[in-house]
Formats: sequence, C-alpha cells, structure tokens
Amino acid sequence: MKTNKKLFAGGLGQLTIPVIAIVLLVIFNLIRDPGFFGIAVMHNNDGNIVLTGNLISIINGASELAVLAMGMTLVTAACGGQDISVGAAAAIAGSVLVKVLKSASAINGGTVILAFCSACIVAMIFGAFNGVLVAVFKIQPMIATLILYTCGRSIAYWINGGATPTVSSPIINAIGSFIPGIPIPTPVLIVALMAILFKLLFHFTSLELFTQSVGVNGSAARLNGINSTFIKLLSFIILGVCVSVAGTIGVSRLGLINHETLLLDVEMDTILAVAIGGNNLGGGKFKISGSIIGAYVIQMLTITLYAMKVSSTDVKAYKAIVIILLVVIGSPVVKQRFGKLVEKLMSNKKTVSVKGAE
Amino acid sequence: MGKNLMKRKEPLTDTQLLMTITIGIFLVMYLLAMIFLQGGFLHTQQIFDMLNDNASLIIVSCGLTIVMIGGGIDISVGAVTSLVVMSCVLYLNGGGNLFVSMLIAVAIGLCFGVGQGFLISYLEIQPFIVTLAGMFFARGMTTILSVNPQKAEHEGFTLLRDTKIEIPWLGYVAKNGNLVPARIELGVVVAFICIILIFVMLKYNRMGRNFYAIGGNQQSALMLGINVKRTRFMSYVLSGLLSGLSGYVFMMHTGAGNATNAAGMEMNAIASSIIGGTLLTGGVGNVIGTLFGTLTLTTIKKIVVSSGFNDPWWQSITTGGMLCFFILLQSVVLGRRSRKKK
Repeated sequence: MKTNKKLFAGGLGQLTIPVIAIVLLVIFNLIRDPGFFGIAVMHNNDGNIVLTGNLISIINGASELAVLAMGMTLVTAACGGQDISVGAAAAIAGSVLVKVLKSASAINGGTVILAFCSACIVAMIFGAFNGVLVAVFKIQPMIATLILYTCGRSIAYWINGGATPTVSSPIINAIGSFIPGIPIPTPVLIVALMAILFKLLFHFTSLELFTQSVGVNGSAARLNGINSTFIKLLSFIILGVCVSVAGTIGVSRLGLINHETLLLDVEMDTILAVAIGGNNLGGGKFKISGSIIGAYVIQMLTITLYAMKVSSTDVKAYKAIVIILLVVIGSPVVKQRFGKLVEKLMSNKKTVSVKGAE
Repeated sequence: MGKNLMKRKEPLTDTQLLMTITIGIFLVMYLLAMIFLQGGFLHTQQIFDMLNDNASLIIVSCGLTIVMIGGGIDISVGAVTSLVVMSCVLYLNGGGNLFVSMLIAVAIGLCFGVGQGFLISYLEIQPFIVTLAGMFFARGMTTILSVNPQKAEHEGFTLLRDTKIEIPWLGYVAKNGNLVPARIELGVVVAFICIILIFVMLKYNRMGRNFYAIGGNQQSALMLGINVKRTRFMSYVLSGLLSGLSGYVFMMHTGAGNATNAAGMEMNAIASSIIGGTLLTGGVGNVIGTLFGTLTLTTIKKIVVSSGFNDPWWQSITTGGMLCFFILLQSVVLGRRSRKKK
C-alpha cells in the first residue's frame, strides 16, 4: 500500500518528471511514426562507418546542453541561483580556442590540446569572476552573471577582432562529428566522459555532500566547518570547465566561431534542463543524472517538433506549452491535490488491499 | 508598514539610499559628459531623445520593479512587448479600429500576467521557469503571426504616431538658423503617468506596501495577515499589464512590427531596475530609481559612442563594466550597513 501511494505521489522522487516526460515523448513519437527511432548504419563522406537516425541526432545534438547542465546543476545546488552567462562564456572560450589554433603554425594533436587548455583556463577565470561576485560579495547569481551575459559576446567579438574566423583540420572535424573507426558521434563520447568524471569526483571527494549542505543552509554548513565560500567558488570554476568543453564541441561542429550564434539562448535551455531534472532552483539537493535526462528531453522535444514540420522560429511557442505542462504536473500543489484524489479513490478499496498485502 | 518607525531610527532606508546613489551618479556622469564631450549633451533634446527612445523600456522596467520588490522575476516582458507590437500592427493593417488596438495590447499583456501569476503564486512553480516559458511562447507566437517585418499603415495610427509635444523654449538653434523645438513623444507622457501612478501605489496604497512586505519576508507577511498568494499574483498581473502597455508605446515609437523587436529588453529592464537600486531578493526598490537606472544605462551608451569608441563591442563591454560597478557598490554599501546594524 505504501509503495502504491508513493508511486502515485511521485515515487521515483526527483526523477519523476524527466522520466515521465521522456516516456511520453517516446510514446508520442512511436504513435506518430513507428520508424522514428530507427537507427541505420551508413558510410559518411569520409568513408567511415557511422550510426545515423533521429535517436542518434537527438543524443548528439543535446551534447553541449548536457555538459552545461551538469555544471549548472552544481552551481544551482550550491548557490541557489543560476548562471545566465554560460552561452556568452562559451563564445569566449570558443574564440580563445580558435585564436590559439590560428596562431599555431600547424594544427596537430599538441596544438589542439594546448588550445583547449587555454580555452579552459580562460573559461575558468571568467567562472571564478562570477564565483567571486557570488561567494565573496554575496550577490545573487543571476545578477552577478548578468554582467558577463551583457558583455560576454562582445568580448568574444573583440578577441576575434571583429571577424568570424574558421578552422579546418581533421582533428577539429573529428571532435565535432566522428572519430574514424568509431561509429558513435564524438560529442556523445565527450558527454559520457564528463559524466564519468563527475561520478568519480563525487565518489572520491565529499563535494556532493558539501555542495548540498551549502545549498540547504550556507551558514549552518559554515558552522559545521565547511568553507561555503570556497564551495560556491569551486562550483563556478567547475561550470567554467563545462563551458569550455561545450564551447569546444560547438566550434568543432561547424569549424568556425561565430560569437553571435554559438550556443545562442543556451543559458535558458540549460536552466530548463536543470529544472526539468527535478532539481530545486533554490539550491540544496540535486541529481546530475536528472539534469542530463532533462537536456535530452529538451532536445527530443525540439527534434520531434522539427519532424512535425514546425519551422525553427516557431518551435519556441510549442516548447513553451510543453514546458508549462511539465512543470504544472510537477508542481507541489498539483501533486498534493492529485495525491489526495488518488487517496480518496483508493480509500474505498483500502481494507481490501491491505489485507491482500498482508 | 513600520516604515515610519524605521525612519526615526535611521536617516535613510535601503531603498532611499540606493536610489540616491543612482541619481547622484547619473547627475555626475551627465555633468561630466556635458563638460568634456559637449556636443549633443548640451541640448535639452538629448534628454528628451533618451526618453523618447526608451519610453517602453521605462514602462517595462517599472513592471519588473514591482515584481522584483515582491521577490520574483519576470523575464517574459520583452517578448510580450514584441508580441503586442506585432499583433497590433497586423490588426491595424487589417483595417482595425485604433481604440480596439489599444484594448488588444492591454488584453494580451493582462492574459500573460494572469496566466503567469496564477502558475507562480497558486501552483507554486518557480517564477523563472514560468516566465521563461512565457517568453518562449510570446517569441514563438510573434514569428507565427509574421516572420517578415510589418509596417503599420493605418491612418489614425500614423497620426497618433507623429503627434509630438513641442516645447519651443527648450529647443535650440540649428546651424542653418532655424529654431528646432524640443520634441517629446506621447509614449513618454504615458511612461511618466505610469511612473507616478506606481510610485503613489507603492508608497501609499495598501497593495503597494504589501509588495514590500512579501518581498522582505514572506513568512512575516503571512503572519501579519497579508494574502501573500494574491499579492504575488497581482504583482505579475501588473507586470503583464505594463508590458502590454509598453508594447503599444514601442509601436508608437517605431511604427512597425518585427520578430526581433525588443530583443534583449528583459535583460535591459532587469539591469535598469538593479542600477536603480532594486534588489532581486525583494523588499527593496523604487520606480523613481528605475527611471534613473534606465537613463543611466542609456547615458553610458551615448557617452561611449560620442567618445569615439566606434568598434561595435565597446558599448556592451562598458555597459557590463558599469553594471559590475553598480552591483559591487550596492553589495558593499548594503553589506556595511547590515554590519553596522548588528
């Protein structure tokens, strides 16, 4: 009986909404077009054996979002606010990457690693800037990151010197699409790698527990000997790493950096992914897996709408309707009402089922 | 509520202090610009131009200020403005009535306000997500209505659009010897009426004081017998209403509907409110401050342009820098005060 009730009132806990959403979307797509999730093995232009299909393009397309959502979850949990500058910071990281690659005489493995490291460091510095504002000066994250949101893309433009430079190299191409011999898109592998890294980080350090305690009650955590300022700062620096990874994927896909369109509006989608993942936007308990599923929900929704011949500019309106439906289902008030309703319906059969259980 | 008590103890409340700082910085900045850059800054028309260009931003920022005082956030305002412009232009071009178009503008704003307010206050969904969805919806609807820019060609509307209040004695003599009178658009008048009404409401009306109460401390407000849910609901309704109004003012300024209208307006409005001394945590803020916040933001941009930094990136980099300065200043000032209180 107890499990029964729990299931109806959101028994999967935090993951209820994202899982329900993904199941609903899959069912909807299967009814609409049974072959929607078919995966085909094809040879691409370079002659590699690759997997193609809607499912692959969903998982591949959500890569940047998933990477950003992981970092954003940590920031949200620790600071109780969101970083709205991730798109702008990713544009800066991408610009630095391209700048370093361009200044190198030849693009080989070493220069790519060097370029990525410099992009990573720059993104971490900007992350630290946001982090200092939030952790040391006690400014709400959204306002603190509004600064970088306002000027980030202009800084990227400035780094590029007012142009949109391109890079062409088999290595960059491999990061953006496929590594020869591996049929899975590289961005998907990068997401998996990042997820494993996060898992290891939480496994070998107490970061997860510390972050949660700082998010639930910062001053109580401080009294317990946790350096809450450092934890908050660290969460922003980790987000900086995620931002540089997302920026690198974004640049590699197209082989060029466009400061205006690279990961445009991604900050909103990222926050949405975190929220759909069932994480409280006010900080505290969090699940990175939820946010990753959230990212895939958003991408699946977008691809589904594209498949239904909705134009890319109109997608937003339909997306909004689905988002509202999801959050209404997930809202505590609706859940409570629904739980009560179910209880009422069940109360007639209560005695029977209890007997049956025993 | 309890404001008089606080006044006796302290010379200035947080709201007043932050507002005074903003107004002071704005005046100093403008004076410096007048002395060092001269040019357009010496003409009264410069101020009126700033108001003319930003009337809709001012109205939207006022709505946002109310929401932020209540401890919430509304990022759908820019998109709603854009949707209102597009729908009204299409309605007018289809041979509509001028008065009905105004009603449409207000109705669209009200619908968004009521819908979002209901979801946020009665279903307890996070305001950021709801208004984000509202923003997506309004932007998407705008492009569904029309992807191409639409110019309003309604006769009555063009008359209304071109109506400007002219003040000859504030004008200046142009190079060819003609007197150019100072021009103010009707939108500015609307914006000022909004500011005065909201200022009075926030200061003397029970509802207005309730906004401060729920933003300052929701629990205490509840215990004082304030209907927290209804108050929060009303703040979003007002914000929606004002974005509808702002859409009409925006249309009176540009006279055309475009899918990219008012892009980024929500962030500009948030920035104006913050510079004007409104705290995102709620409970502190003032619309007069917001007005000066908007003006400060515009003045910075004008100064950058007239100082000769013509590269396109300097405007937003300096805006970001100024924003950083104001945010840090607020944090330091409020931090010192709270330490003193203890």
